[in-house]
Amino acid sequence: MSDGRRKKLHFSKIYSFACGKASFKDDLSQIGGPGFSRLVFCNEPDCSEATSRNYGGNYVRTTKYTLATFFPKSLFEQFRRVANMYFLVVGCLSFTPLAPYAAVSAIIPLIIVIGATMIKEAIEDWRRKKQDIEVNNRKVKVHCGNGIFNYTEWKNLRVGDIVKVEKDSFFPADLLLLSSSYGDAICYVETMNLDGETNLKLKQALEVTSGLNEDSSFQDFKALVKCEDPNVNLYTFVGSMDVKEQQFPLSPQQLLLRDSKLRNTDYIYGAVVFTGHDTKVIQNSTEPPSKRSKIEKKMDKIVYFLFCTLFLMALIGSIFFGITTNEDLGNGWMKRWYLRPDDSTIYFDPKKAPTAAVLHFLTALMLYNSLIPISLYVSIEIVKVLQSIFINNDLHMYYEEADKPARARTSNLNEELGQVDTILSDKTGTLTCNSMEFVKCSVAGTAYGHGVTEVERAMARRKGSPLVHEVEDGRNDVEDPASAKPLIKGFNFKDKRIMNGKWVNEAHSDVIEKFLRLLAICHTAIPEVDEETGKISYEAESPDEAAFVIAARELGFTFYNRTQTSISLHELDPVSGKQVERSYKLLNILEFNSSRKRMSVIVQNEEGKLLLLCKGADSVMFERLAKNGRKFEEQTRDHMNEYADAGLRTLILAYRELSEEEYKAFNEEFTEAKNSVSADRDEMVDEVAEKIEKDLILLGATAVEDKLQNGVPQCIDKLAQAGIKIWVLTGDKMETAINIGFACSLPRQGMKQIIINLETPEIKALEKEGQKFAIAKASKASVVNQINEGKAQLTASNGNSTYALIIDGKSLAYALEDDIKSKFLELAIGCASVICCRSSPKQKALVTRLVKRGTGKTILAIGDGANDVGMLQEADIGIGISGVEGMQAVMSSDIAIAQFQYLERLLLVHGHWCYRRISSMICYFFYKNITYGFTLFLFEAYASFSGQPAYNDWYMSLYNVFFTSLPVVALGVFDQDVSARLCLKFPLLYQEGVQNVLFSWCRILSWMFNGVCSSIIIFFFCTSALEHQAFRKGGEVVGLGILGTTMYSCVIWVVNCQMALSVSYFTLIQHIFIWGGIILWYLFLLVYGAMSPTISTTAYKVFIEACAPALSYWLVILFVVISSLVPYFSYSAIQMRFFPMYHETIQWTRLEGRSENPEYCNVAPQISLQPTTVGFTSQVEEKRNH
Amino acid sequence: MEAPIYIYYQLDNYYQNHRRYVKSRDDRQLLYGLKYNDTSSCKPEQSNNGLPIVPCGLIAWSLFNDTFTFVREAAQLRVNRKNIAWKSDRDHKFGKHVYPFNFQNGTLIGGGKLDPSIPLSDQEDLIVWMRTAALPSFRKLYGRIEEDLEADDIIVVNILNNYNTYSFGGKKKLILSTSSWLGGKNDFLGMAYIAVGSSCIFISLVFMLLHVKNPRSYANG
Repeated sequence: MSDGRRKKLHFSKIYSFACGKASFKDDLSQIGGPGFSRLVFCNEPDCSEATSRNYGGNYVRTTKYTLATFFPKSLFEQFRRVANMYFLVVGCLSFTPLAPYAAVSAIIPLIIVIGATMIKEAIEDWRRKKQDIEVNNRKVKVHCGNGIFNYTEWKNLRVGDIVKVEKDSFFPADLLLLSSSYGDAICYVETMNLDGETNLKLKQALEVTSGLNEDSSFQDFKALVKCEDPNVNLYTFVGSMDVKEQQFPLSPQQLLLRDSKLRNTDYIYGAVVFTGHDTKVIQNSTEPPSKRSKIEKKMDKIVYFLFCTLFLMALIGSIFFGITTNEDLGNGWMKRWYLRPDDSTIYFDPKKAPTAAVLHFLTALMLYNSLIPISLYVSIEIVKVLQSIFINNDLHMYYEEADKPARARTSNLNEELGQVDTILSDKTGTLTCNSMEFVKCSVAGTAYGHGVTEVERAMARRKGSPLVHEVEDGRNDVEDPASAKPLIKGFNFKDKRIMNGKWVNEAHSDVIEKFLRLLAICHTAIPEVDEETGKISYEAESPDEAAFVIAARELGFTFYNRTQTSISLHELDPVSGKQVERSYKLLNILEFNSSRKRMSVIVQNEEGKLLLLCKGADSVMFERLAKNGRKFEEQTRDHMNEYADAGLRTLILAYRELSEEEYKAFNEEFTEAKNSVSADRDEMVDEVAEKIEKDLILLGATAVEDKLQNGVPQCIDKLAQAGIKIWVLTGDKMETAINIGFACSLPRQGMKQIIINLETPEIKALEKEGQKFAIAKASKASVVNQINEGKAQLTASNGNSTYALIIDGKSLAYALEDDIKSKFLELAIGCASVICCRSSPKQKALVTRLVKRGTGKTILAIGDGANDVGMLQEADIGIGISGVEGMQAVMSSDIAIAQFQYLERLLLVHGHWCYRRISSMICYFFYKNITYGFTLFLFEAYASFSGQPAYNDWYMSLYNVFFTSLPVVALGVFDQDVSARLCLKFPLLYQEGVQNVLFSWCRILSWMFNGVCSSIIIFFFCTSALEHQAFRKGGEVVGLGILGTTMYSCVIWVVNCQMALSVSYFTLIQHIFIWGGIILWYLFLLVYGAMSPTISTTAYKVFIEACAPALSYWLVILFVVISSLVPYFSYSAIQMRFFPMYHETIQWTRLEGRSENPEYCNVAPQISLQPTTVGFTSQVEEKRNH
Repeated sequence: MEAPIYIYYQLDNYYQNHRRYVKSRDDRQLLYGLKYNDTSSCKPEQSNNGLPIVPCGLIAWSLFNDTFTFVREAAQLRVNRKNIAWKSDRDHKFGKHVYPFNFQNGTLIGGGKLDPSIPLSDQEDLIVWMRTAALPSFRKLYGRIEEDLEADDIIVVNILNNYNTYSFGGKKKLILSTSSWLGGKNDFLGMAYIAVGSSCIFISLVFMLLHVKNPRSYANG
């Protein structure tokens, strides 16, 4: 609808603006053209021209349905399921005389089932609705004439309104920034909800509007904004503003997006440009791909299989029916005269036997409908919702510090959690906390800081040596891990030589002073002073940067104020030893970007000296040092390597003094480059910056630790023991990634590494020449070569040793190309662990897809940042870490947890249970329906396939809905083979899910076979026992009504007792449901039998008069129940005793009370060693022996 | 044989459970008689000559009408044909004031006729017949002999063979039987119990032997 409206606008605007084109540069020339037709009349949303454009309101609806569309839409959704469609057709057909039973009894279960699902949908949608209402009714100040701003609800905003947004509130729509509380009309924006980045972004208004910073100044403000149409691109905005008869170009720099937050700015004024569904964030919100678990997909296949069985049964019946009907009449001679074949209806007419047979086919389809479990889907949905409640409420997955429980956002995938074969994990923020800690530094060639990193600990463990950290001055320091907890977030630096102002006594105290000052000045962080406590905290673009400023503060250089032109510090004066205030004139910031790998600031200190302060990666910094600045180069390099080995992120700090002239020349060039509007502006700026960032004097290096999250190594170890493969996909450097990998014991000691990268000299040489085509060709050849070599290594080792594959992003790009990706996958699968470094978000998603499609196994992706979204959506299960990096990953995940370590419990306990529950539940569901449906078929064989059901209509319709459904639900919610503790103790148990032993075709078919057996036993034993003979002392014999009731009672008893046999964990609820099902059946019989015979027909008083007093009824039930359960019972006893599955072994061990005995615990896993884990288990064994 | 001795007739290959047959009755008419006249389910035995039939439908129309008399040493045995139907049927399914009407007046006569002066609730033959059998071979209670029969008694049964079973090749049988607390003599149930019981014992013995010979060990499962 909205598209149509926009299109109309295009046509009307193409011509009217065509003439203005030439006067704009590049992008702006498009304004008015197709896709750039939006006109916003700022501050006059009521003017006739504005209203005629009829832009939508600011009301945002995220619900799936509205009141009007709920019924048609949700019904449509329901009947897209084959099974439901079948039942609808059956329901409709049941109103025709074809029906073997009353129409109501066919319709009611369908209504109950559909109704239950629809209620669930409605409740879910209502929750969204409530959220919508809350958002739409938030208040914002809007200009309502004469310079007066009043509060109004968000939903009432119109395009062109001027709004005033105050500190820490969300923008209600996409706004054009006009002015802010700052003089130069800048404001800080947090876009966490959009891209997941926590850093603040700077926005600046046009100069022409920056003066409008009072309410009253909007009294006469008028402007016309011409801009692009609503689109999905968050980072572009093309438009122009006509104000005071002049035209100004607009850029994304002026656009404030809905759902981002105003920070560090008291207020801003803005004009509404896009409202409601036109806003970029809403345009960006796509329906997450709906995922279905493998079990459900397989279940569909089973349902189709049952459909086939159903058709086959109906077909057999129809053929026999056709034959017997045909024989009823021949040459005016009636065979079964009592059926009056001479005067029959079309359904039984021997003269048209083929037609009758076809019609009978339809009847039979209806009759055997119980083969298709009508309540299966709804039961599963209910069960899954309840299971997710368990997951959400699990205290062991509740992160107290952040008050974050686990949250299953979709309940669809619970059982998939029990089948995960490979975990693809992000690194930063997932394995690590993404909170950087300043641990070490090297100043003037001396290393400071005794902190011991997680990686170092892991390395020490690997080497098997006690952890002794040697410090240069000879002191030995044995760190206790527990005492290493940082007191200050972001600062874990310990060194008495530097702390508490002691650095003044060091040999190179002047260098240290410069070093610390650089840390305090060279950054883009913003200080926030807590007015009550006077404490200063920092908002920084990256956690690294915050760590530096904090470190500087802790060591005596407190950065406390930043203006556009100055930076103020409290410094520790080395001479007087007192705090002094100093302020530095901030001249230029040469920003960080990934190609420069460094940032610099140029400041003028109070003495008027010009200083260039620079920090950057070692690869770019060492080459920029001046000849006289390389005094400590060698030591620093050594320290850098040490730090990198310890898994730390390092930066080099250097500075230089500038002369006035030099600066002047630079500044001119720099300003010119900055102000140029050509496409290569950025390159020009970089070039100019490069010129001045040279001849630096080395001060030292910093080392920041990206801390591992709590319990990550243990969790990974457990998961690995469970046979789950773990791949790490990270954007980090190869060395860092490998080190973190070792810290998590991902590539274990003794594993051989296969490293694929493009750092070969030949390619480097080619890169210098810069021939793109040649580079690509050589790189690809090199990658193929390396992959082949790796594979050769793998096959050569013949499973004797395990390998870790490490590949970098560049090589990955080639490895993911169509022609070699299968080779790459083969290699990767052969390796015990895989680390992809330097990979882009897109590559992460591609790898996920490759593994998912290539192996066909269940892939779980876990990540926390916006760069993981693609991966999370692509994987079978996406797990979001609701950590610090915003909500983007969580919003696109299926299940959100607060910490990586909870994955252990989520998979090994909940995943295993859910998998087990759902698969037993589905098997049992088919069992009970086959048991029941097949008795109907057997009876048909004795009723010349005429379509007469053995049971009363209402027995049939209530079978699935009442008498047998609740125990299954209880099974699906509560059953557990072994307790959570043992699940974690015997992680190999998880392989049952990965190998899908509980839901293999073999198991499903044997359950079905069990059902067929049971139904044969029930039918033949019941009929043989009750045929002919008097039923009780009074001499009456058994009629159809009594036989039906008896058989039905047997079915109810058998399936419920079967349930009792197969449940391994009894709770009170299970007892209530199982035995309650049986009691409910008798209550129903009593009530139904007491109704008038015209309603209850054959069931009239059948229980109270005939069955209950007759001993033979009870004897038959007892007999039938025992004999139909004996086969299963003996089978399971034999299996448990001689061929136990792993969980049964554990149950056995627990039963004998030996699970506490470590000897047995270690021995148990060997019992059911699965072939695929052999390679891996040797690792575990090896570890155990250590 | 001790009294009461139950007399059953047995029909084989007779599909009283055929859907067309089972549906061909009207419970309301049986209860309310001519007051209830929507009897479409009874077709084609719904009406005759424009008048409704009571009781309508194929089941009633095909009423079994062989009669048996029993003579012992020239004296006829009294056969009690009352109280042979289920009490609930007599009391609540067949009307006390509903009399047969226009029954078996059609061109094609199926089975037995009914005395139009006796209400349906007292027509126990009909009531027994109308409770359809579950399987194609079935017995129905005919009556009771309320005298003891001694061994070596010779009983002559006079059968009036009215009912047509030749067309569909069905057999008729006549059974005299007593009943116990369990009902009639039921060989199957007894045998089956013994069979299943002994197989259970057998299985458990085998298990026990296996268990003793090969005790469970934890080291190798």
